[in-house]
Amino acid sequence: MASDSIVNWSLLALSSPGWGGVLLQGFVNSIQIAIGGYALGLTLGVGGAFGKLYGGPILRDLLECYTTVVRAVPELVLILLLYYAGTDLLNQLLALFSIGPVDISGLMAGIFVIGVVQGAYSTEVLRGAIKAVPAGQIEAARAYGMSPLKVLRRVTLPAMLPYAIPGLSNLWLIATKDTALLAVVGFSELTLVTRQAAGTTKAYLLFFLAAGALYLTLTLVSNIFIGMLERHARRGFAEQR
Amino acid sequence: MTDQTTHAVAFTPEDLPTARSFFQPHRIVMMLVFAGFVIGVAVFMRWDWLPRYLPRLGWGILISLVMLFSTSILGFLLAVPIGLAQVAGPWFFKLPAKVFCTVIRGTPLLLQLWLLYYGLGSLFPQFPAIRQSFLWPYLREAWPYGVAALTISFAAYEGEVMRGAFAGVPAGELEAAKAYGMSRWTMFRRIWLPRAIHRALPTLNGETVLQLKSTPLVATITVVDVYAVISKVRQETFLTYEPLLLLALIYMCLTGILVVAFRTFENRIPTRGA
Repeated sequence: MASDSIVNWSLLALSSPGWGGVLLQGFVNSIQIAIGGYALGLTLGVGGAFGKLYGGPILRDLLECYTTVVRAVPELVLILLLYYAGTDLLNQLLALFSIGPVDISGLMAGIFVIGVVQGAYSTEVLRGAIKAVPAGQIEAARAYGMSPLKVLRRVTLPAMLPYAIPGLSNLWLIATKDTALLAVVGFSELTLVTRQAAGTTKAYLLFFLAAGALYLTLTLVSNIFIGMLERHARRGFAEQR
Repeated sequence: MTDQTTHAVAFTPEDLPTARSFFQPHRIVMMLVFAGFVIGVAVFMRWDWLPRYLPRLGWGILISLVMLFSTSILGFLLAVPIGLAQVAGPWFFKLPAKVFCTVIRGTPLLLQLWLLYYGLGSLFPQFPAIRQSFLWPYLREAWPYGVAALTISFAAYEGEVMRGAFAGVPAGELEAAKAYGMSRWTMFRRIWLPRAIHRALPTLNGETVLQLKSTPLVATITVVDVYAVISKVRQETFLTYEPLLLLALIYMCLTGILVVAFRTFENRIPTRGA
């Protein structure tokens, strides 16, 4: 049998000789990017969904191009493109205003990249959810003389939420897993940190399984919250099945 | 993933433009602007490297497609028993299937890929039995790990889809089959499986498009697919944008072809209009 048949748990110790602390730091980075990217994506998604439903023809087509490209090109490729293009564009923009180039932190770049990808997905999810809201409810709100913003805040958003939550919660899970792709551009989130730890100590299985357990915990904990949220949003709905 | 999410995340046949939709005034203007952009890209960016790499790119695309289809088919073959076990199996089949789906769907594909390639790949050489077996020449390569990881991931996502599809077949149809005196196997072969696949088809197609988007990950374990070829180009020519833009274009074309193929396929299956 192999020499490391007895698992060397001390490798996962939190303090320096062990790699547990490093792994947890990577995990925190991953979660930060996932939350930031998801929030940015949701903002883009709300705008995108309303633009697609109520915007002019040109805006609608532009948004269609955005969602099509993001949904047809692999995330890995998009992440590389956005990562380089995003930092390049920002620096050129800053150069226009004669400000020296800034060093964009990996965190901000990661959030931007994940956010843009998520934005396209949530545009589609939210568009579907808004379309599921009975048109009469929105018409009634308009008939009451509510301004468009008020219709949005009081009727459309709350009424579409039960339809949107299953899709949006899946997008959150996708966001947490997409952060792993940032390993390819060298951002030290959990997957890359794990590979570094595993490469240094040669305990590949141990570290990859440990990272897997962390990701799985995140998913399972998220699922609990999603369940609670879904029950809350669906209150007052007729029980299905 | 629910059907709705697959639909939102994957490019589906409904997203294809129709021929007529191009001839609206604002679209013609937009297309002219876009054509100008494309010409600008073609003229002002460097493309002199392209002819040198064309053969390798072709091979890369072929490898990507082989990866896509082999893992989709293998994954689907695995997904049927996984879905069935969750719907109709006894608890000792149901539980492992459920755990499998949860674990695979709850962790990133990149991590699974690296776990198989670096983890198992570093473990296997320590066993003389494996080193001497006929499998060893393959296990030293990278692609079996890529195929394994992609297959497992596809099987887990599809298993969940098939679970829903099996559960969604109306009980009356199965009862009718039983009343005809069909054996359990005949019933499964003639009614349950075809009806479940029929129900799941749009989602299955969406998942296959998503699988295409996952294939470039195998480039990180040295499988030379189209992504790896483009990475090579980037290393050798020191260009950032041109190869990546071409790569995005290639994937968009592949997705488009795949989606059109699925639409023709779906249209050939008769459905009750609703």
